[in-house]
Amino acid sequence: MVARCNRDLCIHCGGCVGVCPVDAIDLREYRLEIDPKKCIDCGTCVKFCPVRALSLK
Amino acid sequence: MKEYDVVVVGAGPAGIMTAKTCAENDLSVLMLEKDNAIGEPKRCAEGISMKGIEKAGIKFNKRYVAAEIKGAILYAPGGKSVEYSDPKSLGYVLERKVFEKHLAKDAIKAGADCMVRTTATDLIMENSRIAGVKANFLGDEIEIRSKIVVGADGVETKMGRLAGLRTTIPLKDQISGYQYEMANVKNLDMDLLHLWFGNEIAPKGYMWVFPKGDDLANVGIGIIATENAKRSAREYLEKFIADRPQYFGDASPVEVNAGGVPVSGFMNDPFVKDNFMLVGDSAHMVNPIHGGGMSTNMYAGKICGRVAAEAIKSGDTSAKKLSEYEREWKETDGVKMQKLLKIRMFAEQLSDKDFDYLAGVLSGADLDELTKGRTKFMLKLFLKNPKLLLLARKYMSA
Repeated sequence: MVARCNRDLCIHCGGCVGVCPVDAIDLREYRLEIDPKKCIDCGTCVKFCPVRALSLK
Repeated sequence: MKEYDVVVVGAGPAGIMTAKTCAENDLSVLMLEKDNAIGEPKRCAEGISMKGIEKAGIKFNKRYVAAEIKGAILYAPGGKSVEYSDPKSLGYVLERKVFEKHLAKDAIKAGADCMVRTTATDLIMENSRIAGVKANFLGDEIEIRSKIVVGADGVETKMGRLAGLRTTIPLKDQISGYQYEMANVKNLDMDLLHLWFGNEIAPKGYMWVFPKGDDLANVGIGIIATENAKRSAREYLEKFIADRPQYFGDASPVEVNAGGVPVSGFMNDPFVKDNFMLVGDSAHMVNPIHGGGMSTNMYAGKICGRVAAEAIKSGDTSAKKLSEYEREWKETDGVKMQKLLKIRMFAEQLSDKDFDYLAGVLSGADLDELTKGRTKFMLKLFLKNPKLLLLARKYMSA
C-alpha cells in the first residue's frame, strides 16, 4: 500500500508535505505528487489531511 | 544564467520581508513565487494585531485592510463567553492578496526582483556547497546562482528538505486547518473576532469567525492533526456551520482554504547551514497558541535579510556567520514562542468543564496577559480548582 491523493478533493495546501517523515510528497504548482518508491505506508499524511483527500491504497 | 547575491524562494510575508531588507542593504536579490499571483491562494484567517504591523516596520495602508477589529470574544462550550477589547490594541483582518502585493511592491521599489509562476525545483550544488537554485518558469528550466539561498517556501519547504535540514513536523505539532470565506454572515458583531472552544467543537484547537467587512468573514477551524485523524477539520467546520443557522443560514462560501500550521514555536534543529537560511513557516515560526504567523514571519524576515547582508558584505556566508540570525530570532521572538508553547500544552489538556470554569474566572485583561505568555497570575485564580492548579503547575511553571 502507498498513499494516494484524490485530486478532486485536494486543495493543494501542502500541509501533508510538512508532516511526511520521508519526503515522499511534492507540492507542484497545482498538484500533489507522491513518490510510491519513497512512501513507507505510515499514514501520517492521511491523518493530517483536513479534507480527507489522501488515503492508503 | 542569472546571478544574485541572494535568491529567496517563496514570496509570502517572510520571503518578501527578507528580500526587501536585502535590497535596502544594497544586495541584489530575487524572489521566486510558484503561484500565479503573490498573496493567493491564502492559507490563513488574515488576522494581525496593530503591534504586528508596527513590529514589521511596514507602512500602514488601509487599501489592504478588510476590516478593523475592536476586540475578541471567546465562547466556552457551555455558553459562557469572555470578551476582550482595548482601544489601544486594535487589530485588522487583512485582504492578503492585496497586502502581500503591497509588501512585494515595496520590496521591488527597494531594488528586489521578482518572478511569479516560478517553481524552484532543486538546489545548485558546487563542491558540495549550495550555490543557487534551479527553477521552472512557465515550462522553461532556468538556473539562478546566488551566494545565499533563503527558503521561505512555507510549511512544505522543499528548499529546507533539499538543503538537508530536519523540517518534518510531528503530527502533534501540526494544525489541520480548513476555512470558508463566507458572504452574508448574520447576527454576529462584525467588529470582533469570534473564537469557539470545546472538545466537541474543535478538539485541541478552535473555531473562528474573522470578519472581513460588511457581512463577509473567514469562517474556519484549526485542530491538532492527531485529532483530525479521528474526524476531519472539514467535517467539524461543516457541522458547526449547519448547527448555527442564525449566523450562517443565509450565508454561502466565496472561497475555500485549507492548510497545515506548525505550532511547536520553532524548529528544534538549526535553520541555517552554509549559504542557506530558512525563514517563516518553513522554520515553523508560528505563534503556538493561536496559530498566527504573519507578524512573526515578517519580523524574522527582517533579521534574516539583515544578517544575509552582513554575511555577504563580510564575505563569510558560512553556517556559523548565518547562525547570528538564528540566535537573534531565538533570543527575541523565540523566547516568547517557548512560553506560548507551554500555554498551548496546558490548553490541550482542558476538558469542556475546564473551559466553562475558565470563562467564569478569566477576564478579558487576563486573556491579553496570556497571549503575551504571562501565566503566573493564573495560579492565584486556580486556588479553588486543584485540578487546574496542578495542570497549570505541570505545564506552565518555570
